[in-house]
Amino acid sequence: MTQLLFFGRLRDFAQSGEREMAISSPLSITSIIAIIEQSDPLLASALTGDSVRYALNGEFVAETHEVNDKDELAFLPPVSGG
Amino acid sequence: MTCQTTIEIGEPAFDPEARLSTFRKSLGNAGALVSFTGLVRQFTKSDGEKPQTVTSLTIEHYPAMTARDIQAFVDREVTAKWPLDALLIIHRVGMMEPKDPIVMVAAASAHRRAAFESADCVMDYLKSRALFWKSETRPEGTQWIVPTSRDYQDASRWDENRES
Repeated sequence: MTQLLFFGRLRDFAQSGEREMAISSPLSITSIIAIIEQSDPLLASALTGDSVRYALNGEFVAETHEVNDKDELAFLPPVSGG
Repeated sequence: MTCQTTIEIGEPAFDPEARLSTFRKSLGNAGALVSFTGLVRQFTKSDGEKPQTVTSLTIEHYPAMTARDIQAFVDREVTAKWPLDALLIIHRVGMMEPKDPIVMVAAASAHRRAAFESADCVMDYLKSRALFWKSETRPEGTQWIVPTSRDYQDASRWDENRES
């Protein structure tokens, strides 16, 4: 299973901080969002919104990056600390 | 020079004065110590709006990345640029109430300019680039907070100056 993590306002769209997805062969992040879109178009739209960044196993990656089974893919919306 | 960097991210409340005192006493030959503490505001105001009461503030982070990302930033953009003796970064996560300390940055250096500027630069990173997500609860509901255009401008000052 691939672990999907949602932070900030993306957690509200996903109605949970994490989801699991079964991936049988490597898929790009764009393809994963396309799969999400079939059941949850609002979430998919939020995930491709401006300034959303992607991290795979703790490293920033581009949306073309391939994701494998057992990977952890995090969707990171605009941040604010302090 | 090697800078002793400490980054703490956690839920427990902290006492900025006590932490600053411990930090100061740990210093060797530093001649300058600058610290900044950020507090939860009791009232918040967007442009043109009436001040609104804040009930609580909640900050989340990505434990697998946030501290490591800040450390990488410090190595790349802070200690490489200013000759620091020591740097302390404390950032709370979880739920906080008005007046609670949220964040503290303390920078120690031989001379004051490096201490002032590096603390300022680290705070700008924490406000608008580090992996924290902040929501504010008011009597009428909860909303996510995003950095203001001013926060982004502040952070970009250091990008522009990087080569100078």
